[in-house]
Amino acid sequence: MCMSQAAEIAQRLAAVAPACDAWSVRVMRSTSESLGVTRGVVDPIGLGEDLGAMVTVEAKDGVGYAATSDVSVAGLQRAGSEALAWAQRSAGRMVAPPPVRRAAAMHHDHEDKPRLAWNAVSRADKIARLKGQAEQLKRDGRIGDWSAELSFTDEESVLATSNGDFIRQRRGIVVPGLAASASEGGETQTRTLGRGGVIRQGGLDVLDDIGFWTAAPRIAEEALELLAAPDCPTGAMDVLLLPDQMYIQIHESIGHPLELDRILGDERNYAGTSFVTLDMFGTYQYGSKLLNVSFDPGVAGEAASYAFDDDGMRAEKQYLIKDGILQRPMGGAYSQARANAAGVANSRACSWNRPAIDRMANLNVEAGASSLDDLVTQIENGIVMETNVSWSIDDSRNKFQFGCERARLIKNGVIGAVVKNPNYRGISATFWRSLKGLGNAGTVQVLGTPTCGKGEPNQAIPVGHASPPGLFADVHVFGGG
Amino acid sequence: MQDQFYAAADAITREMQGGEGFLARFSGETSDFVRFNRAAVRQAGKVEQRYLTLELFNGKRHASQTLSLSGDDAAAVRAAVKTLRDVLADTPEDPLFLINTHPQSTERKLPADLATSEEATDALLKAGAGHDMVGFYAAGPIHRGFANSFGQRNWDTAEAFNIDLSFYLHADKAIKINHAGTHWDGAALTTKTDNAKVRLETLARQPKTISPGNYRVYLAPAAVEELMGMMSWGGFGLSDHRTATTPLIKMVEQGVKLSSMVTLIENTRDGLSPGFQGEGFIKPPSVTLIDRGAYKDCLASPRSAAEFDEPQNGADGYEAPIALDMAPGALQADDVLKTLGTGIYVGNLWYLNYSDRNTCRLTGMTRFATFWVENGEIVAPLNVMRFDDTLYRMLGGNLVALTAPRDLLLSTDTYEQRSTRSMRLPGAIIDDFTMTL
Repeated sequence: MCMSQAAEIAQRLAAVAPACDAWSVRVMRSTSESLGVTRGVVDPIGLGEDLGAMVTVEAKDGVGYAATSDVSVAGLQRAGSEALAWAQRSAGRMVAPPPVRRAAAMHHDHEDKPRLAWNAVSRADKIARLKGQAEQLKRDGRIGDWSAELSFTDEESVLATSNGDFIRQRRGIVVPGLAASASEGGETQTRTLGRGGVIRQGGLDVLDDIGFWTAAPRIAEEALELLAAPDCPTGAMDVLLLPDQMYIQIHESIGHPLELDRILGDERNYAGTSFVTLDMFGTYQYGSKLLNVSFDPGVAGEAASYAFDDDGMRAEKQYLIKDGILQRPMGGAYSQARANAAGVANSRACSWNRPAIDRMANLNVEAGASSLDDLVTQIENGIVMETNVSWSIDDSRNKFQFGCERARLIKNGVIGAVVKNPNYRGISATFWRSLKGLGNAGTVQVLGTPTCGKGEPNQAIPVGHASPPGLFADVHVFGGG
Repeated sequence: MQDQFYAAADAITREMQGGEGFLARFSGETSDFVRFNRAAVRQAGKVEQRYLTLELFNGKRHASQTLSLSGDDAAAVRAAVKTLRDVLADTPEDPLFLINTHPQSTERKLPADLATSEEATDALLKAGAGHDMVGFYAAGPIHRGFANSFGQRNWDTAEAFNIDLSFYLHADKAIKINHAGTHWDGAALTTKTDNAKVRLETLARQPKTISPGNYRVYLAPAAVEELMGMMSWGGFGLSDHRTATTPLIKMVEQGVKLSSMVTLIENTRDGLSPGFQGEGFIKPPSVTLIDRGAYKDCLASPRSAAEFDEPQNGADGYEAPIALDMAPGALQADDVLKTLGTGIYVGNLWYLNYSDRNTCRLTGMTRFATFWVENGEIVAPLNVMRFDDTLYRMLGGNLVALTAPRDLLLSTDTYEQRSTRSMRLPGAIIDDFTMTL
């Protein structure tokens, strides 16, 4: 088998690496394509070809990195020298020395194979199908903004180290989008396909799996329906969150607070700290007994499935919350060493030009036992909300407020009228304890976000969230105006 | 990098055939990044990146490819032209394709005098010694370029540093400072960090927790920046206005006005960002967005201009301000606390979003140095609170005063590349500000 270009580049460093205690090189290559139709006009086609390398050097308890798109031998050698200079400059001045390296070298070489490759359908055919979706979104004169779009990224990463590690991973990532905005009388309502919450690994097969080709008429009709709907009422009530809202609730009020680098204070100047402290693991009741949350990098098709993280740590499923009790944080090798705590393999970088930090990957709420009908039936006075549109949470990841595109009232176990501008607010530390129902395996949807933002320098990275619908008691709900 | 980009543009020119033409955009930087936690280095390194976006057109058909440049640029652009030539075969004519065909070449290289990375790191570690300092230093040249097949060449280099630090006392109680510019000034940095350490003493007082309700507040310029950031998310774009998706829809369709104190200008002339945009048009020195409370002009990209039959005014595709300038008020800095009287001094806001886009209703959190003030005196730090209020109330009838001094806030964003966006903003005293949680 021919060696990939990224693998060849990674192997170039060995010959020119600087004299140091340890080095690694992470090469990332991506090719991307964006297609879309906006308000009936085909968007300009955008392609991307990105290739670069980050060299990281350890010297006398200092660590430095240097990243470059010059992947020639000379370019890598220069990067190695610059990384060494930063390592020497930071020696004795770091928050903690680098962790002890593994004794055994890791070797892994894997390419994901989608059931239907992105290029299995011609570009012209994909554009024609997108135009068809766009036409179905423009069903009414009141729809003034509508779009159908697809983006695909073929991403390859190679990590090679002075320890003999060689880890190569390649995957495709698909991000689809459908949106329709209807306007009348100075008001606009928008419905989307998950509004940025739909991202999968794979190829064109993803689009059939998520119902991309059939969703447009419903999205348009629901945008129009919202224009005529009353505002969401105000009050405390049961709230049933569908997966395309659950994913962001999980992301903001479980995922970020459990990132170990936040708990250790690294993010306090930018993305924030956490109300979670190290002494809470093993005992703290994060949610009701129904709540089981896993870090699971092995879910096929989920946005952040991988075998090894960007520090070369093997990725395995771990429970972060079990039967409502906090178990472990999400922290990679460096954070684990600093905290003297078990973590997960979640040290990740968004590209070759950013260093790896603790990230969410696939962070999932495990299925419960109820069908969707069962969950609705047990609601006397409540509301079911779908598709996140607004999200906000404090810097300790505690006080939150979310808004959804659409909601329906529920009275005495029966779903009723559609309402617009549904919002709710709460506090993470108590909200998950009010969880009183979770959908079964058949209700789980695999979602995520392509652009989880964090880090200095900033990094936006894909994360996955699989979840069933969740039912919460006594939540403060309100509308717009 | 300028020579490299112009050589690449010449190489592209040589590849053109028949009726083909091109646009080329360059974005590059050489950045030192040092991240700190607990007054020690968390991560340190250097990033050098060079991206070329080549857009090939033939009549009204066009497509683009963005490449990381690795050194053999001639081969890379040759391959890109070939790829894009194939893509054009799949591409319909674009009725909205509008580019500048009258060459307007420009060059700007802002004078700079930066510290070495060693000097800066030493100064920051010294400033943080004995304190719980966390933050980030980014410095180095940022380059942007444009070229086209009509012979236009534009280049912009902004060599700058940006220091963003927080001094923590405990838990979430911290003072945040920013020190950025094109000329290193170690004395000014020391003054800012020393002031932050003095202000930390105020955070040591017993924090106050307030109940939800309406309060008189002072928003420091860094807090006003968050409000402006939200307004900029679809508030000023021609496309957002014509599709009625703007959060300022009530200003556009119903003539609702903000306070006459509010004038907002896209002040490209005084910003760090380049004066040219991706289709080769030169940005005007300024565009008045809101004039004494009334909506005035949109930011119109060439694509939106073509779609909605309006003149373009040099906006980039996303039609958001890059150098937003809010007119000053009359309130002097020394009078802020006295004018606030009893209420909340908000140093920073955080994580804003819309609770109702149609009414421009925003929610978000207080963060960092936020204090309870009584009779013009700071009494205690405030535990974080959520607000939820409309911009029409905050910057409309409830706006009491804007400060005369304004802060120049250089963006600390480093997603994909270091940002050159900036805002020049006053502080604001607002009555009846709604706190909800």
